[in-house]
Amino acid sequence: MKTFSRLHEKLSQGQFAVTSECGPPRGANKEVIDKKINLLNGYVDAVNVTDNQTAIVRMSSIAASVHLVAAGLEPVMQMVVRDRNRIAIQSDIMGAYSLGIRNILCLSGDHQKFGSQPDAMNVFDIDSMNLIRTVRDMRETGKDMSGFDLDVAPQMFIGAAANPFADPFEYRVIRLAKKIDAGADFIQTQCIYNMDRFKEWIRLSREQGLTEKVYILGGVTPLRSAGMARYMKNKVAGMDIPDDIIKRMDGVDKKSQADEGIRICLETIEELKELKGVSGVHIMAIEWEEAVGKIVKQAGLK
Amino acid sequence: MITASQKPINEIIGLVEPYKKVLILGCGTCVKTCFAGGEDEVAVLASALRLSFKKMARSVQIEEMTIERQCENEFIQEASESIKRNDAILSLACGAGVQALAKRFVKDVVLPGVNTTFIGIQERPGIFTEECSGCGNCGLATFGGVCPVTRCAKKLLNGPCGGSQKGVCEIHPDTPCAWHLIIERLTTLGQLDSLRTYIPPKNWNTSLSGGPRKLVREDHIL
Repeated sequence: MKTFSRLHEKLSQGQFAVTSECGPPRGANKEVIDKKINLLNGYVDAVNVTDNQTAIVRMSSIAASVHLVAAGLEPVMQMVVRDRNRIAIQSDIMGAYSLGIRNILCLSGDHQKFGSQPDAMNVFDIDSMNLIRTVRDMRETGKDMSGFDLDVAPQMFIGAAANPFADPFEYRVIRLAKKIDAGADFIQTQCIYNMDRFKEWIRLSREQGLTEKVYILGGVTPLRSAGMARYMKNKVAGMDIPDDIIKRMDGVDKKSQADEGIRICLETIEELKELKGVSGVHIMAIEWEEAVGKIVKQAGLK
Repeated sequence: MITASQKPINEIIGLVEPYKKVLILGCGTCVKTCFAGGEDEVAVLASALRLSFKKMARSVQIEEMTIERQCENEFIQEASESIKRNDAILSLACGAGVQALAKRFVKDVVLPGVNTTFIGIQERPGIFTEECSGCGNCGLATFGGVCPVTRCAKKLLNGPCGGSQKGVCEIHPDTPCAWHLIIERLTTLGQLDSLRTYIPPKNWNTSLSGGPRKLVREDHIL
């Protein structure tokens, strides 16, 4: 079987994969990326490089991904359809592939209203589903969206996001099926704090045979403080943090809250490892890359 | 209808200030229905401007008039005498009305008095909502009569994003998630399975992306 990236290879061998995240800096400082690379290298199989996340202008995902490639760390280049039309999207995918990028995560993108430049016009020429299909078609048919035969067509391992916690719940499995049909090879989920709901989503997906068709990486984010937990619950769109998690964070003194957050994260990973239909974990330690190595080691994933 | 809202009074004062004789021209159709530019709004605005200029010790003559539709020649003609005797026209019509006047009266100054907002409906008294973007290629049959191109903040055609919770869009607590409404409607109609169908990238050529559009009806050309 042909594999498109090292992440793909690991997953295809049935090994529990670990991915993490690297947010590019708000500026052109490569040292910020290098620092994050050093914290993550050797612990994870691949690292998502975010694409102007929360609609805040940052170093481009492609450029930052190339820095990772150069350091021997495999990037998952995130691409949102918020800022580019189909012409720019296809062009950037070709460019990214020529620069050694082998994984892509296809996303809609946070609305610019949340970002640093809410006056901007958004694009949304195509949606994330169309983006998945576009990358798949390039890979499978060697053609661009116009049907033009590409000289060398990008051959990427295609990822998509799923949020089992967003509403309406019943539709979430249909949407997953649709993303798989469109061409998603792997899925990274929204942060899991509500394990009951996640298990229900996995159960429904398994029933429909979806977990056989796609690698699902459960998303986890270690909480750094009770304040962060509360902020995420109330302010971050699509986030489901049950009250008992907040209570647990509140229950320890401020200095130990970060440790408690890591403990919760480790417990979640333990459950994910045992859950049939879950192929790996995606650790999103937001601006807390130091935590990733610790979590990976303590979870026995390295 | 096309909805609009009146510009802030200070902006309007700034626009008409250079002129001695100003005609405020209302429009009796869409902008009247959304309380932005009908006869009543013309009268209220005229009083406000007269008062403001009096306070500023400026003599600006304000004339009031409202025609049925500023986007149609036969109604526009009714205003030609009034337009001739003024230095500037402050139109309270939508952008189409303002430009229709500018096309017909090439030597006259035409100023916009409202901001044109959208194609929408009055959902309940005083609340207007956007429903249509005029994309030129209607897909409402697929989406249970709810337009995701207009009502989803990300124009998603293949289902909701991850930011929808309890039927509310992530961009504003007052904004319903269009996809929530679509799913509700299709569930009611027993057509939810149709959402499994992949919707290919939209052809935007029929929208403004294809450049300014023109509608030609050969059978009506004289």
